[in-house]
Amino acid sequence: MSTITPDVIAAHQLTQSEYDKILRLLGREPTFTELGIFSVMWSEHCSYKSSRIHLKKLPTQSKRVLQGPGENAGIIDIGDGVAIAFKIESHNHPSFIEPFQGAATGVGGILRDIFTMGARPIAVMDALRFGRLDDPRTGDRNRRIVDGVVSGIAHYGNCFGVPTVGGECVFDESYDGNPLVNVFALGVFRHDEIFYGKATGVGNPVIYVGAKTGRDGIHGASMASAEFTEASKQKRPNVQVGDPFMEKLLLEACLEAMKTGAIVGIQDMGAAGLTSSSCEMGSRAGTGVEIDMQFVPQRETGMTPYEIMLSESQERMLLVAERGREDEVLRVFGKWGLDAVAIGEVKDDGMLRVKDRGKVVAEISNRALADEAPVYNRPYTKPLRTAPLHGPDVHSGDLLADLKRLLASGDLCSKRWIWEQYDHQVRTNTVAGPGAEAAVIRIKGTPTSVAMALDGNGRYCALDPREGTKLIVAECCRNLSVVGADPVAATNNLNFGNPERPEIMAQLVESIEGMADACRFFETPITGGNVSLYNETLGVPIHPTPVVGIVGTMPTAEPIGIEFKNDGRDVILLGGYGTSDTEQFGSSQYANVIAGCVWGTPPKLDMNYEKRVQTTIRELVRARAVESAHDVGEGGLAVALAECCFGRDEIGVEARMNSALSKEFLLFHEGPSRVIVSTGNPEAVFEAARKNSVEAIRIGATLKSRMAVSNQTETLLDCAVQELKDVWENSLEHLLHSPHHTPVSVE
Amino acid sequence: MKFGVVVFPGSNCDHDAWYAVSQNLQQQAEFIWHDSPSLGDVDAVILPGGFSYGDYLRCGAIAKFSPVMSAIKKFAADGGPVLGVCNGFQVLVEAGLLPGALVRNAGLKFICRTGPVRVETTDSIFTHQAENGQILQLPIAHGEGCYIADQETLDRLEREDRVALRYLDNRNGSMRDIAGILNEGRNVLGMMPHPERAADPLMGGTDGLVILSSLAGAYAGHAASHSPASKI
Repeated sequence: MSTITPDVIAAHQLTQSEYDKILRLLGREPTFTELGIFSVMWSEHCSYKSSRIHLKKLPTQSKRVLQGPGENAGIIDIGDGVAIAFKIESHNHPSFIEPFQGAATGVGGILRDIFTMGARPIAVMDALRFGRLDDPRTGDRNRRIVDGVVSGIAHYGNCFGVPTVGGECVFDESYDGNPLVNVFALGVFRHDEIFYGKATGVGNPVIYVGAKTGRDGIHGASMASAEFTEASKQKRPNVQVGDPFMEKLLLEACLEAMKTGAIVGIQDMGAAGLTSSSCEMGSRAGTGVEIDMQFVPQRETGMTPYEIMLSESQERMLLVAERGREDEVLRVFGKWGLDAVAIGEVKDDGMLRVKDRGKVVAEISNRALADEAPVYNRPYTKPLRTAPLHGPDVHSGDLLADLKRLLASGDLCSKRWIWEQYDHQVRTNTVAGPGAEAAVIRIKGTPTSVAMALDGNGRYCALDPREGTKLIVAECCRNLSVVGADPVAATNNLNFGNPERPEIMAQLVESIEGMADACRFFETPITGGNVSLYNETLGVPIHPTPVVGIVGTMPTAEPIGIEFKNDGRDVILLGGYGTSDTEQFGSSQYANVIAGCVWGTPPKLDMNYEKRVQTTIRELVRARAVESAHDVGEGGLAVALAECCFGRDEIGVEARMNSALSKEFLLFHEGPSRVIVSTGNPEAVFEAARKNSVEAIRIGATLKSRMAVSNQTETLLDCAVQELKDVWENSLEHLLHSPHHTPVSVE
Repeated sequence: MKFGVVVFPGSNCDHDAWYAVSQNLQQQAEFIWHDSPSLGDVDAVILPGGFSYGDYLRCGAIAKFSPVMSAIKKFAADGGPVLGVCNGFQVLVEAGLLPGALVRNAGLKFICRTGPVRVETTDSIFTHQAENGQILQLPIAHGEGCYIADQETLDRLEREDRVALRYLDNRNGSMRDIAGILNEGRNVLGMMPHPERAADPLMGGTDGLVILSSLAGAYAGHAASHSPASKI
């Protein structure tokens, strides 16, 4: 055994005071294996030591919540004895080092979190952030990362057989050295099929199942808790390699084994592998767990207990079976051709005891590892802000050219190139898939569908993390309402920079507080999630990027899409034209893409008004009183109207507006609480709006194949739908394949 | 009529196929585990989509050695209807029940999209309820769906009216836009598009039902003419 020197402690990313706490808890010097175990369990990634005291501010309960934070995934009741489990998790750091495997194993990890609870995964979504594709310095690398990440997600999800039904993808300079890969997964089960990660029943065998353990991913959790430096490139062996076929077998075997009734607790080996699964299961049950390394299936020879305990090899689970019924469990895993080996048993002493051929190499209280990690109230000041408050005057030389540039921009263009690589239909539940306002998955055997959406506007949060985060929650709920769903519960992935910098910590704190306010207001408690800190490369942090995933329920029905369906229909704008505020305009995509700089503040949100707009649109969609519905999001009214025209039949619109706003503001300013609908029954729309005290303006009518927009007497836009759609639909492919310039002609 | 849906380790459209025939089509259906030496009393077999054995070698290359494949070969040789969809088509080709090969898509990317496919022959138990030239909107979802064969084989397939389905929007680079082919006996159909995914209006269309209901209809006709005590 090596001696524990200050260098060894530092190499494990433990501070001296953390090491002192270890000495106190143990009452002696740790062994090398114990030091490794502490280092991963007390890493930021596993312990949430910088965020924990603030996460407590989030609402976590409601009548529908069956399981809040603290388990592998949150669970909500959706009626008829059916529940759904869902969570989002990041794989940012591995995806930067090795995009394909990093993203693939990100999918694998979150899927295990879902099926370890007994739920069958039925949907995945991804929130992706990349650096700019047209940057001459970093564009090539960023394109390779995009290609690797998308292929990795496709590889894993497609083979496993879970549909990737939606998500979002944003390109910004701030993610140049630090892409984000956040994966959301959702599964379904009956209430009586829920399993927990608890090692109950003293004397019960602890069984290891799935892939063999190798040296891959050792210290992945502590890697994910440090900033990137040049030396990070040497950490490639820390990234795990995924085997989706193995995961598919593991899924089927676990669900089948659970049906035997002989499993009392189960948890996947995710970050910190065997270490976290064993001590967390013991800690939750208040029991001890004793395991012997000699029984762990290994794919390499000569592995030390340290390596076995810290390995993050994928596709592995730890379960506790009822003593005397092990064979029922082992038989199922045998049928699926998987390793399943008893490696130890549950004890009554609350300790994690790791043996190597009978000799004790680590002995630590489970609670010390899982619950007594240091908690920091890190100092925070004012949030970091680099953008100015005031920006240039905005005068468009050519409104149509500006619209085309927006439609061609990475953030607003069609993401078809990405989602066509994902199987978004497998399991035949996808009522609304990629490209829809929110994804909608029917739950077979029930009259209910589940809607889900991801949102996370880092640009807004960089200007004001508190208000930006509220806008994110509002938008996500609006996305669900627009497809007719009631928002029910949420999961979050908080992606931030280095929390040891007070101005970054302030971003995190304000974002969490804004999220708490909004989630309380919209009655969408946070049932779990993930915090990813230290997203900085060479001292440059990412935009504060809280990604929120919200799920809702609705009666199963054929979907109402974004696109206009028929010509000659009334087009009505719910929520009004908006405001003329130059500071708020600075947060828009128009400022970002056309003016080339960002300034000011995010749009103002009136949560009461927002809720009334959402109620209105939900009622109209459920009553089938509208033929299409689309919220006005990034890019403003002009981009939203154009997107409404991009259906298969290219039904266009003639909008004649009467607004006092300047033409740039009218077309391109962004603000919440607005929805465009087309309808053959305008009276129903006006009536619903009146009832809910929401402004509704008839702005025009649909017509074949043309988009024409005027205000008062001035023509603002007039263009063939086809011309706009070509730009929008093909831009991403061009951006990804032609180097160093914006290839889409906008003239 | 009773459908058997084969489950290989790694099949992931098995449940979808089962759901389409049992729920959307209201026929009997059961799963057949890959190491089963017999097919039991099923009237037709579906080899579903997925990634049998992970497909880390060539798609379908391992599955062809499954015990169930011997039973399927015999079943097909006796005239039993066998429908291979996506990975199922790849398995049928690897097993030698259909000619040619399926290789990486022309763009080297997995493609999932719904597109137009034309029915090229109605002279089969899988397509007799369709109209000749009928255009079906069917989803594809594959990384290795590019159909290739030598010229002689392709000519022969055309000559014998065994090209059952052709893409109107060929995205994977298949030779002669081939989306589905029949064996010589016309009782084995391999197709890359997924009819089971287009069997429910909620999923955006029901064009795939014509394939599945042709099969059920052929059986009903056959059973009615041969056996008054039909199993349906």
